[in-house]
Amino acid sequence: MTRSELLKVEGLTLNVVGTSHTVVKNVSFSVFPGETVGIVGESGSGKTLVAKSIMGLEPPAIQRRSGSIRFEREDITRLSPLELRRLRGARMGMVFQEPMTSLNPSMKIGQQMEEGLALHRKDLSKEQRRDLVLDMLRRVGIREPQKAVTAYPHEFSGGMRQRIMLASVMLLKPALLVADEPTTALDAVVQRDVLDLMTSLTRAHGTAVLMISHDLAMVARYTDRIIVMCKGEIVEEGKTQDLLDRPQHQYTRKLLATMPRRLPKREISVSSPPVVEVRDLVIEYGGSRSLFRAGDVKQVLHSVSLSVRPREVVALVGGSGSGKTTLGRTIAGLIEPSSGEIRFSGETVRRDSPNWIQYRLNCQMVFQDPYSSLDPRMRIAEIVGEALRLMPDMSHEERQARVQEILEEVGLGGNFAQRYPHELSGGQRQRVAIARALVRRPSFVVADEPVSALDVTVRAQVLDLFAQMQDRYGFSCLFISHDLGVVEQIADRVVVMKDGRIVEEGDRDTIFDHPQHPYTIELLSAVPSLETNDHGGVQLKWRYAEPAAPAERPHATV
Amino acid sequence: MRYLAPNAILGGLIIGIMGLGALLSTLWTPFDPLAINFTARLQPPGHEHWLGTDEFGRDVLSRLMAAAAASMGISLLTMVAAIIGGTAVGLLAGYLRGWTDRILMAFNDALLAFPGILLALGLLAITGANKYGIILALGLAYLPSVARVVRGTVFSLREKEFVDASRVMGNSEAYTMVRHVLPNCVAPLTVLATSLFGWVLLAESSLSFLGLGVPPPAPTWGNMLASSRPYIGQAMWLAIFPGLCISVTLLGINLLGDALRDRLDPRMRRIRA
Repeated sequence: MTRSELLKVEGLTLNVVGTSHTVVKNVSFSVFPGETVGIVGESGSGKTLVAKSIMGLEPPAIQRRSGSIRFEREDITRLSPLELRRLRGARMGMVFQEPMTSLNPSMKIGQQMEEGLALHRKDLSKEQRRDLVLDMLRRVGIREPQKAVTAYPHEFSGGMRQRIMLASVMLLKPALLVADEPTTALDAVVQRDVLDLMTSLTRAHGTAVLMISHDLAMVARYTDRIIVMCKGEIVEEGKTQDLLDRPQHQYTRKLLATMPRRLPKREISVSSPPVVEVRDLVIEYGGSRSLFRAGDVKQVLHSVSLSVRPREVVALVGGSGSGKTTLGRTIAGLIEPSSGEIRFSGETVRRDSPNWIQYRLNCQMVFQDPYSSLDPRMRIAEIVGEALRLMPDMSHEERQARVQEILEEVGLGGNFAQRYPHELSGGQRQRVAIARALVRRPSFVVADEPVSALDVTVRAQVLDLFAQMQDRYGFSCLFISHDLGVVEQIADRVVVMKDGRIVEEGDRDTIFDHPQHPYTIELLSAVPSLETNDHGGVQLKWRYAEPAAPAERPHATV
Repeated sequence: MRYLAPNAILGGLIIGIMGLGALLSTLWTPFDPLAINFTARLQPPGHEHWLGTDEFGRDVLSRLMAAAAASMGISLLTMVAAIIGGTAVGLLAGYLRGWTDRILMAFNDALLAFPGILLALGLLAITGANKYGIILALGLAYLPSVARVVRGTVFSLREKEFVDASRVMGNSEAYTMVRHVLPNCVAPLTVLATSLFGWVLLAESSLSFLGLGVPPPAPTWGNMLASSRPYIGQAMWLAIFPGLCISVTLLGINLLGDALRDRLDPRMRRIRA
């Protein structure tokens, strides 16, 4: 079959301006009309730069040294800015990563969507344009399009904004849609909804899609072909099924190996009393908004009860806004509960109770964002050592020895102790955060999305480290995450939260194999289960994969 | 990171020369800045009196040097006072939030509503026109703007996870504030301190000009400028040299402040890297 390529990139090489530093090396690939192609790679692999140069949007610090980009047979690297503008939007559209910043916050949705139409479809009247916008909004599952066109972006959630972004790009029925990490900022369920929508819309219009992401499983679900990039070069390219089944390049194998998978079940003694127990915890916000009138009380947690046994890893999962982080922070003592109690080794602990200090010493937390969780003005040894400041009966030498020991255990031996956080990578910083939490040998750790800010391969390493440390020190853990893949790998028991309530709870295998609550099923349908085959490949299986039409989803409201 | 911007060099040079002149004046000046010599009244700049003499025959260069010591000394102390006071207020308000914030900021905003120089005038009426009165009055007048900047910085720092991490460790709020929040305010404070020094210098000169500064015969740039007024037609140098001192010093401070901002602002740093 001979079809002419829609997009043909040949020998594309990109340099940092004024240096010989090459960021994209000799990249060639093509996209055929109507096809969905994925580019997969870690951050720094050059995948985003490739996407941007296709749109002619390279940052000023990047320069094309050689190669051509042909779109519908025209070499876009030779087009004048005016010709390029005629192409952009009309024939090729782009969806960006960050839905919070890719829509102009000071423009109404309707105006913003009409902008492109007004520019490229001068033949349409104002009424026709408005009708097209309304129709498209309806198709992306916005419930009241009439209201939506006069609303501003901040009135919508991240997922809704990404739908709107998609709608405004698809309005012009482009031949190619470049989607750069379109759903990385969204949680799993919303992510799947948006991608399902993107796929159905582009199929309907015959639009080809170039999907760029670090998430191999996600890309595999929606693409016909996958291109794997590593350090600016294409290392492997192939049909999605073949690539997963028989990966050729060792980097692809490595990527596949980092995908989280279920580990054998561990023995947790059911009879031993829980280390930490939470009973009927309620958190309310507001209530005293003004001096004379009570404000609206907003309940964030509705009477939540939970327990964690010795050596057990309990995963707390749910979408954003489910209250899982609030619960974690309350247990860690950062938020005072409105009512209910926290019990540690069978005794109630409160901020003013005498056993609070004991609880404080034994309960630690690992935070989500390794870039903000370390004080930028302190050295690594100081950051980790600070945790020992309040440990009674430890000499200065003992403390130093303990710090060095734990740093070596997390793989940061040598002179790392004397460095500052900004000299470390994200993964290394998260290792420091883990060291800081464990240096006191706590019996309980709250880990709030500890790996969700990390790149896939780094994520796997940090997760391994965490499991190792948990094995060695035997602390109990409340592991908060929206990523069910990670949870399946690390958890002994799973607690599912939605809207501040626990909707389902059970041991890992039961929850993953026989979920009961519809919300759990929805969460699970967004992550694949993996089976490794003999030749280093994997087989992806999607659970409960029958995507409902987006318009009928309950949360698809304005 | 290693190279110095041209504006940093020029600014540093100006402030350095002014500072050296001020320091030198405490040990040695060409003439006694207070010695009256009626035989040498209103002499133009020449080889004996480099910058001329005033209506009492006092050497202008000596007086300018002594004035530099007075003006810059007062400005420096005022700046330090305003930074310390403002940082304390801003830190407490930004970190504790709630009622502490509301009450402190209500006072702060009330003070901010007055122009700094007017507030200082009012306060000087109470404290009396002397060195410490000026420092107190100007310090109080400029404290609110420092408090605002620090409060804003602390607000954003408080949301950082390392502050939560410190609290989870069991550190007291006071310790967290001093150990983790305060050091991270240093960069914006340094930039603010430089421009504050300029504002205070100008305010001190204005007060002296109005006759509310250090009482005569002790010289300041402002009161020298004021006393030159009747003679501006016949002895221009009396007005030109103090005026030049004030404007050149301010220029130096601004250049230095700009260079500091460029260096300490992380966004600027990223562009250079």
